Amino acid sequence: MNYDIIITGLIIVAQILAVVVPVLISVAFLVYAERKVLALIQLRRGPNIVGPFGILQSFADALKLITKENIIPSGSNKIVFILAPIITMVLSLAGWAVIPFAPGWVVSDINVGIMYLFAVSSLGVYGIIMAGWASNSQYPFLGALRSAAQMVSYEVSIGFVIITVLLCVGSLNLSKIVLAQQTVWFAIPLLPMFIIFFISALAETNRLPFDLPEDESTLVAGFFTEYSSASFVLFFLGEYASMILMSSMTVILFLGGWLPPFDVYPLNAVPGVIWFTVKVIFILFLFIWVRGTFPRYRYDQLMRLGWKVFLPFSLFWVVATSGFLVYFDMLPN
Amino acid sequence: MVLYSLTFYLFSSVAVLSALMVISAKNPVHSVLFLILSFVNASGLFVLLGAEFLAMILVVVYVGAVAVLFLFVVMMLDINFVKLREGFLQYLPFGALLGIVLVIELGILFLTDRSSNIYNNQTPLQPIVSEVENTKMIGQILYTEYFYLFQICGIILLVAMIGSITLTLRDKGGVKRQNIDSQNTVDASTAIEKKKVKIGEGI
Repeated sequence: MNYDIIITGLIIVAQILAVVVPVLISVAFLVYAERKVLALIQLRRGPNIVGPFGILQSFADALKLITKENIIPSGSNKIVFILAPIITMVLSLAGWAVIPFAPGWVVSDINVGIMYLFAVSSLGVYGIIMAGWASNSQYPFLGALRSAAQMVSYEVSIGFVIITVLLCVGSLNLSKIVLAQQTVWFAIPLLPMFIIFFISALAETNRLPFDLPEDESTLVAGFFTEYSSASFVLFFLGEYASMILMSSMTVILFLGGWLPPFDVYPLNAVPGVIWFTVKVIFILFLFIWVRGTFPRYRYDQLMRLGWKVFLPFSLFWVVATSGFLVYFDMLPN
Repeated sequence: MVLYSLTFYLFSSVAVLSALMVISAKNPVHSVLFLILSFVNASGLFVLLGAEFLAMILVVVYVGAVAVLFLFVVMMLDINFVKLREGFLQYLPFGALLGIVLVIELGILFLTDRSSNIYNNQTPLQPIVSEVENTKMIGQILYTEYFYLFQICGIILLVAMIGSITLTLRDKGGVKRQNIDSQNTVDASTAIEKKKVKIGEGI
């Protein structure tokens, strides 16, 4: 027997668990934080019964949902109906394989890390579109169609934003993207692209003000209207896990990943993973703040913003950035 | 190496089987979903070849964009597959001809002496370990040796894009469009019009 393969396999499984378990726990606390922040914005108290300050509320909710009956509509396409939430959940966890939390703290440090993240986030639409179609019901179907159009539109501008960052880095490796920001975080020279990326991330994760796929005032609950119990939990977890994933992507591309703001003594003594977490929490707070502040976009306005404002603007910035880098001879290697 | 061949056979067998299911599935939406599975497995094969950039491009472009629109159209249209299969025998000879041509071409490729090939010093189906990332290698070849071909591809795509826009763009009368600039420039002096209405007449 060759024990080396087994040991390597066990190490890989341990690494995966070391990433996935904290992500799932942070999803639970993100849901709690969202409810608490929204409550504070609206001058309410929020969850405050389960545990101290209601901190265990999400776990109680999860337990309640899982013990409920899982209803599969008789008119649905059963296999696709069950596959859809699983695909959503798997894809939102798969992206974490390439995220560097600190120098060397990454499950798989591949050369095309950013392309992998882009590919995984663009696959996220399948869970939604399959759920909408398999439910065989009008509201979910409408939600799925809206989502497909929305995610494809905003992916284009996200692609251009990523290209602008890559022009400044000269590599597709996420660790190298972070290390290229040692002098200055890309959020400062590329501020307009940072804003576009943040807004597109809101649209890509179907968050307010772009949550048209699950628009409760017109579509009941959108694409997961027919889902209950554990399959609903999977959608819920998937949505929040991909929210954290998009925040980490923003942090890596624009806010210097694990790097401290200034490379001076008390700041650079703090471990990188703490800086990373603090920045991700800041972006997540922005996500929640936006939800508490802005009204929902109308569908045609959403499409106009994506295609007629963001696409030309980000295309212009790609050309402007590459022109600047070539003219001042600042292209990386 | 055992793991390598195992993953190769996994990816290739799933790709071939799902490709078969694409043409044999009764439900057109299932066909598209199997097509997507086939694409994903093909990208897995690219990763095994060491061509990770091509693998990711395959997923981003074909799975993330093209297949989504495909699925979109197939779901929206009410396709009657029984009706489509009526002409099966009529198209069979043409399809068979295409298949035979493809098999002959592949046969020629396998049977010819490939020692004259420029790549003969590299064994295929092995990851090429190199100091340069293959993203950079593609860039170095694409923008130097194949520069004109690359530009021609771009122009063809541009023409196709403009063509499809002109084919579908039509201005039907009676559609109210929102003009955001004109809405934003409205102020009290232009929004409200004062009129003196005579008693008993109306406007």
